[in-house]
Amino acid sequence: MTTPRNLVVIGNGMAGMRTVDELLKLDGGRDCRITVFGAEPHVNYNRIMLSSVLAGDKSVDDIVINSQEWYDANGICLNKGDPVIAIDRENRLVTAASGVQVPYDQLLIATGSKPLAPPIPGLELPGVCAFRDIADVDKMLEAARTRKRAVVIGGGLLGLEAAWGLKQRGMSVALVHLMPTLMERQLDVAAGQLLQRDLDRRGIAFFTDGQTEEIVGTERAEGVRLADGRFVPADLVVLAIGIRPNIDLARAADLEVNRGIVVTDDMRTSDPDIFAVGECVEHRGQVFGLVAPLWDQAKACAARLAGDETALFTPQALSTSLKITGVDVFSAGALMAADEGDDEITLRDDGKGIYKKIVLRDGRLVGAVLYGDVADGQWYLKLMREREDVSALRERLVFGRAFAEAGPGAPAATDYAAMPDSEQICGCNGVSKGNIVGAIRDKGLTTLPEVRAHTKASASCGQCTCVVEDLLVFAAGADARPAKKTLCDCTDADHDEIRQAILAQDLRTMEEVRTAFAWKKPEGCHKCRPALNYYLLCAWPGEYHDDSRSRFVNERVHANIQKDGTYSVVPRMWGGLTTPAELHAIASVAEKFDIPTVKVTGGQRIDLLGVRKEDLPAVWGDLNSAGLVSGHAYAKGLRTVKTCVGSEWCRFGTQDSTGLGVKLEKMCWGSWTPHKVKLAVSGCPRNCAEASIKDLGVICVEAGYDILVGGNGGVEVRVTDHLVRVSSEEEVLEYTGAYMQLYREEAHYLERTAPWIARVGLDYVKRRLVDDPEGRAALHGRFLHSQSFMQHDPWAERARGADAHEFARLPALAEA
Amino acid sequence: MSYQWKNIGPLANIPAQGARRLCFGHQGHPVAVFRTGADEIFAVVDECPHRQGPLSEGIVSGRTVSCPLHNWVIDLAAGEALAPDIGRTRALPVRIVSGEIHVGLPLAGERAA
Ligand code: SRM
Ligand SMILES: Cc1cc2nc3c(=O)[nH]c(=O)nc-3n(C[C@H](O)[C@H](O)[C@H](O)COP(=O)(O)OP(=O)(O)OC[C@H]3O[C@@H](n4cnc5c(N)ncnc54)[C@H](O)[C@@H]3O)c2cc1C
Ligand code: SF4
Ligand code: FES
Repeated sequence: MTTPRNLVVIGNGMAGMRTVDELLKLDGGRDCRITVFGAEPHVNYNRIMLSSVLAGDKSVDDIVINSQEWYDANGICLNKGDPVIAIDRENRLVTAASGVQVPYDQLLIATGSKPLAPPIPGLELPGVCAFRDIADVDKMLEAARTRKRAVVIGGGLLGLEAAWGLKQRGMSVALVHLMPTLMERQLDVAAGQLLQRDLDRRGIAFFTDGQTEEIVGTERAEGVRLADGRFVPADLVVLAIGIRPNIDLARAADLEVNRGIVVTDDMRTSDPDIFAVGECVEHRGQVFGLVAPLWDQAKACAARLAGDETALFTPQALSTSLKITGVDVFSAGALMAADEGDDEITLRDDGKGIYKKIVLRDGRLVGAVLYGDVADGQWYLKLMREREDVSALRERLVFGRAFAEAGPGAPAATDYAAMPDSEQICGCNGVSKGNIVGAIRDKGLTTLPEVRAHTKASASCGQCTCVVEDLLVFAAGADARPAKKTLCDCTDADHDEIRQAILAQDLRTMEEVRTAFAWKKPEGCHKCRPALNYYLLCAWPGEYHDDSRSRFVNERVHANIQKDGTYSVVPRMWGGLTTPAELHAIASVAEKFDIPTVKVTGGQRIDLLGVRKEDLPAVWGDLNSAGLVSGHAYAKGLRTVKTCVGSEWCRFGTQDSTGLGVKLEKMCWGSWTPHKVKLAVSGCPRNCAEASIKDLGVICVEAGYDILVGGNGGVEVRVTDHLVRVSSEEEVLEYTGAYMQLYREEAHYLERTAPWIARVGLDYVKRRLVDDPEGRAALHGRFLHSQSFMQHDPWAERARGADAHEFARLPALAEA
Repeated sequence: MSYQWKNIGPLANIPAQGARRLCFGHQGHPVAVFRTGADEIFAVVDECPHRQGPLSEGIVSGRTVSCPLHNWVIDLAAGEALAPDIGRTRALPVRIVSGEIHVGLPLAGERAA
């Protein structure tokens, strides 16, 4: 038996670790002893998701690709935070900054690239950073917490994602770009302009044709000065003008380098025992800046390392998209006609903000730029990769796949059976057809979310979603379930179908619903049970028997569970009003039960946090004696009605906003709704109660009351739409009751009013509530009817002994 | 493996599709005893493999419970998280003796495992 070979990897990044991962899957790879050096003090993570970390959509933990356990389990020695400083080819030895020396039989260089820095003064100032690794993101997040203004230099993919992330983090952001339009290497002028217009509307200030001359500042960065004299103030300057392959080590070791480390199709450098992959390489004159080709490189390289002398890397056509929520951009291949032989076909709808351009050469598609509607991007990419003859489709092609394939001369639908297993489907996560089909078959997957969860395909940028859906149909056949939003995995029916059937077929219990729809699991699951429980409660007020076992713990125990398993208690304070007696009661309860934290919430009331479960009934009992009842801070139901002081005290108040808020809360408390509901009443347009981001807000004016609906101050902030102006409090109450009931009867479970109105449209809500006075009165009537069964304080019931098993310890064991 | 059997009383002590939690002073891990809709009894260490969420507070469907903190679904018989999540909490033996539930607790020393 031979002694194991030593493989040393320089660079713990995406391409290097992917190569190792591929190698471990091969027989010839298992006998390697692998040592990895990484300059960053982290395990391997998904660099492309740094944009999502910056924007707050993901945490650093979420983007780890291989955990320390993975390295340990595979016997890989990982030297984190220890860059290699020299390669000694003669003695086959690498030396790291720490002084560690490791001999190699084979060496893999995967050092990625370095951010380009413009040759300008001021680069060394604190407050200037690049956008490449976790350390950069930490710097940006720190700046976003403590400072206000950011300037991003560079209007390419990286710069735009940096600008958007910082904007999401609350900074005011300017972007300086050398060229007249954004992303000029991926987008043509028209699409670049649309992009700029949309981002401009989202509050990013653009300085195009802007050549940065200097970063100004003494102690730290204070702004940038442009060549034409413009000055843009900033506390943070992010450089994102491009990257350059990191070839320093290779050059010092006398390997052949050009722009990148020169490799042949087998991923070998000019030294046959030294391989290179990733952004540091140059292959047939081409360098790389996207991950998709790196997965193919990793595969070829791993095969070679394992002794397969046939594996080759062949680059494929690539596409780009931008990871900014709500901005859809796609580009692949040529951006415009190169000469008269080429044809450009464009489609443009300025009203909808849609732009599409395709470029044809010799009857074949060679480029596509899409803005606003990118659904067909992957289809175009496929036509390009397969060099399909599309002349017969010429007139229809730009309208997209559905239209083109409906007509004569359509290319045959993709033959997934003939597609090789190795074909890469998801560029971001490097998932091949074989991986996807294998997972679908082995694990019996039937839906897109399942495939995503198991393979990560289409889970990062989402571009390849259509192909993954096709593969699902191909591999799972009739079992594949459409992307239709079913209630949960227990059924093929969607929310609306179930709600309608409950009424039409007179279904009275969960059991009856599950039977009527042939539920797959007899008892359902944690997703459908709370939804069905709510739908039945809403449909049959006073008759349906609430199933506490189908409620999420908070609603079952009428308090919010905290991360340590204790609970919080939030009593109602009607319209934000309280009294000295109530405050005394809260203070005594907090003392008596050793409640560690007393906090004023963002909803104008007081939260007692850290209450032991077994103390809950007694705490409630004491609060009840002072007249305090549950604030339903745990419920998918009415939470708070915020008010301002209004005409009673305020020098600008036009109406009694506080009094009206109390009336609204008295009418709505205790109701169960699809998701939580928050109201507010402001006494004048200064809007101190923040009524314009509530599910329903009222703004008092001299002439009456403006009723606003569908606002949200949470994850996706949405400003309310104006529903109607009315002149009396009675009308406000009627509109509110009717609105509550419409939402209760028609929204999907866990859908707040903002996405509900976005789905059904404001016009629909107006038709039901404003244009139809009888319908409105009927809805209001149904709401009050339902409320007549709901307005019992759940705390009082439990303080008196209901559900006692829920709170008592098991006596026999309390001491065990 | 040897167990110390604890009698925790009649089935009725635990609500159907529910659970009760047993606590052991400071040294031991809490134990959740579940009763399913079909009146089967299971006991597992009351710590979700994800981040130690109290499984006893979750929604019980069939032979699974979904953790109240982040909705991992745990198979009660094995204590194992269902895919795509990975992890397990320790499952403990139970037996019913003349209508009363007995839970097998690992003897001190083994409990930390
Ligand atoms: C206590 C409180 C924070 C505070 O100390 O101020 C709070 C605490 C929680 N909020 Fe909140 N929110 C609180 C006001 C708000 C506000 C401000 C407001 O109401 O004016 C908002 C933004 C307004 C809005 O909802 O539109 C807010 C938006 C959220 C969201 C995002 C909702 C969304 O639709 O995007 C969640 C998550 C959810 O509900 O799914 C959330 C969820 C939570 C949960 C329930 C998280 C959880 O599941 O454990 C927290 C539980 C608190 C507890 O155990 O007591 N909280 N939360 C506030 C309680 C208000 C009250 O008196 O009832
Ligand atoms: C914010 C951001 C967003 C992106 N978005 C996308 C996208 O949406 N789609 C896409 O396709 N691509 C995207 N990319 C590009 C993608 O991340 C890169 O193409 C990919 O990471 C390159 O992989 P690599 O292994 O070559 O380099 P890297 O992942 O950078 O890995 C190289 C590693 O080597 C280390 N190293 C360098 N020198 C040494 C040394 N001497 N010793 C030890 N270690 C060393 C480095 O510290 C680094 O950790 C994005 C990049 C960034 C920064
Ligand atoms: S909104 Fe402002 S101005 Fe108007 S009543 Fe309230 S506090 Fe006064
Ligand atoms: S702790 Fe149980 S799912 Fe997170």
